[in-house]
Amino acid sequence: MTRLDDELHVTGAGTGAGDVPRTSTTPSPAGDPADGASEGAAGATSVLDEADRSERRRDVRWLVSGLAFLVGAVVVGASIGPAGPEWWRVPLALVDHLPLISLDSGVSEAEWNIVWQIRMPRVVLGGLVGAALSVAGAGYQGVFRNPLVDPYLLGAAAGAGLGATLVLTVGRDATVGWPIDPVQTVAFVFALCTVAVTYFVGAAFGGTRSGATLVLAGVAVVSFVTAVQTFLLQRNLDVVREVFQWILGRLSGSTWSDVRVVTPYVLVAVAVLLLHRRHLDVFRVGDEEAATLGVSVQRTRLVIVVAATLGTAAVVSVSGLIGFVGLVVPHAIRLMAGATYRRVIPLSILFGGGFLILADVPGRMLTSPAETPIGVVTAFIGAPFFVYLLRTRKVV
Amino acid sequence: MAAVDLQDVAVRYGSHQALEPYVDRVGAGEWLGVIGPNGAGKSSLLKAVAGLVPSTGEVTVGGTTLRGLHSRRRATQVAYVAQDPLIPDDMSVFDYVLLGRTPYVGYFGAPTGHDRDVACSVIDRLRLGGFATRMLGSLSGGERQRVVLARALAQEAPVLLLDEPTSALDIGHQQQALELVTELREHRRITVIAAMHDLTLAGTYADRLVMLDGGRVVAAGAAHEVLTAERLGEVFHVCVSVDVDPDDGTVIVVPRRGFPA
Repeated sequence: MTRLDDELHVTGAGTGAGDVPRTSTTPSPAGDPADGASEGAAGATSVLDEADRSERRRDVRWLVSGLAFLVGAVVVGASIGPAGPEWWRVPLALVDHLPLISLDSGVSEAEWNIVWQIRMPRVVLGGLVGAALSVAGAGYQGVFRNPLVDPYLLGAAAGAGLGATLVLTVGRDATVGWPIDPVQTVAFVFALCTVAVTYFVGAAFGGTRSGATLVLAGVAVVSFVTAVQTFLLQRNLDVVREVFQWILGRLSGSTWSDVRVVTPYVLVAVAVLLLHRRHLDVFRVGDEEAATLGVSVQRTRLVIVVAATLGTAAVVSVSGLIGFVGLVVPHAIRLMAGATYRRVIPLSILFGGGFLILADVPGRMLTSPAETPIGVVTAFIGAPFFVYLLRTRKVV
Repeated sequence: MAAVDLQDVAVRYGSHQALEPYVDRVGAGEWLGVIGPNGAGKSSLLKAVAGLVPSTGEVTVGGTTLRGLHSRRRATQVAYVAQDPLIPDDMSVFDYVLLGRTPYVGYFGAPTGHDRDVACSVIDRLRLGGFATRMLGSLSGGERQRVVLARALAQEAPVLLLDEPTSALDIGHQQQALELVTELREHRRITVIAAMHDLTLAGTYADRLVMLDGGRVVAAGAAHEVLTAERLGEVFHVCVSVDVDPDDGTVIVVPRRGFPA
């Protein structure tokens, strides 16, 4: 009896709220906005006001850390490389090139060209790719309420892989004289088409009411597309090396034009997901509950999936298949900063981008002059870090 | 205020008629208890009112037809507590209750100060003040049930649908949850439609009972009219005796050993 009463403060039906003991209440000040909302609103209000302030402080702290991490990653990414100026001069040169600031960095024009034309596109592209994959992964995980989902789940990567393989095998002779290499475009189109097929297959069987059907449709479509790709490759063993390199993922040789190609899609994905972070929190309580809360579940899910797919398809077709980032970055953020999408979405963008920029640095140095594929590095750094997080952070 | 009119509400899953056309009028502030064996159509009835399953017929709340209403408008009319709600372990109690304000938040908007005040007052009303910042995963079953109720109440809808709200609770927490609903119903004049498993509790707390079997209404009325030993034997295939408390007329259903006649 006493234990329950202590725990619940239930002293019987019909008892006015006035004589119910409260755990921590300070008398509400005269101007309390909650006065009159209901008798006794001050109890939760005062506790929550304090909690609310500390939550907002955490929001700001994390946002600042994320920005600092991203800026730091950009500087590090621009400073380190096999050729070019001494590393400590690069930050100075970067500051020098900011508008309205002039500073003697001692970096020659030729050296600056290495930084600006070779390293910077790579850094910026890495940031865009990391941000897009992480935020898409967070979005997919949110709408499907499935922690094992990554951005390639619905077939974006498999489709892009098939598209690239087609161009590099059967299409090679036809496209050899073309002014632009069609690999990226075809990969992008195939990625989108594959996801569309998954969506329609999922909708046809079991409907889009349940996200689980869509996930399973993804499994089926991906294995089919991969089989076609394997068949093509097996018939054209001479291009296996080229295709394999494409698939492994790379940021090397990126140019500003690559950056220009993916930027609009990444911006769309990032903007749409940022705008839907509150919806993703509603999704956490289930499709049915979300529907009774006035969210049109299927439409919202479609919007989020389309945005995440656009971003994923664009970056996959430019930089190949970079694994691990989209799956694990959102989880690492949940473990560190909390599971609310209010934080997970913006932080996925900042930390995901910064992480991929940093992961690209050892890739250019380790086996120089050859490149270590960035997908290898992301898993190599990311997996132990994630295990460390799992061990040290309380999940609940 | 907000009576619920049900005109020939029927639910069909493929070829299976889960709920035959159902007609009823639940008065404003009334508590309708829906009872019946598993698969009788209780949940289908509630989900049809909540708009979660395709249904035929018409539901009006306080004169407003729900069909064709924008999903957010509908959510301001009807709040629904699922039988087994999904409770994210890593969400705080306050954030969860605040989700009840979703229908009032614009598509790209954020909860306002008023939404927070409503969530706070509901949290206090349900004596959850000390839990507000705790994570849902750290709560006991009874606490979770109250948090789910708080989320539904933060919706401030005149109609509250409860799908077996107490089936996962022990007897003490069952009673506390139902007392809370009673108290809130009187406080806010909420109309309650609740599917319930425990027949004695259903008879005690509901103003009126409807018994469904195979999607059809087999009995309706006050507890002592609906809960008779023969009918329970027929519908539930159970052997019970039904006692009526001579003082306050409470109907008590007591399971007995043996098979129904």
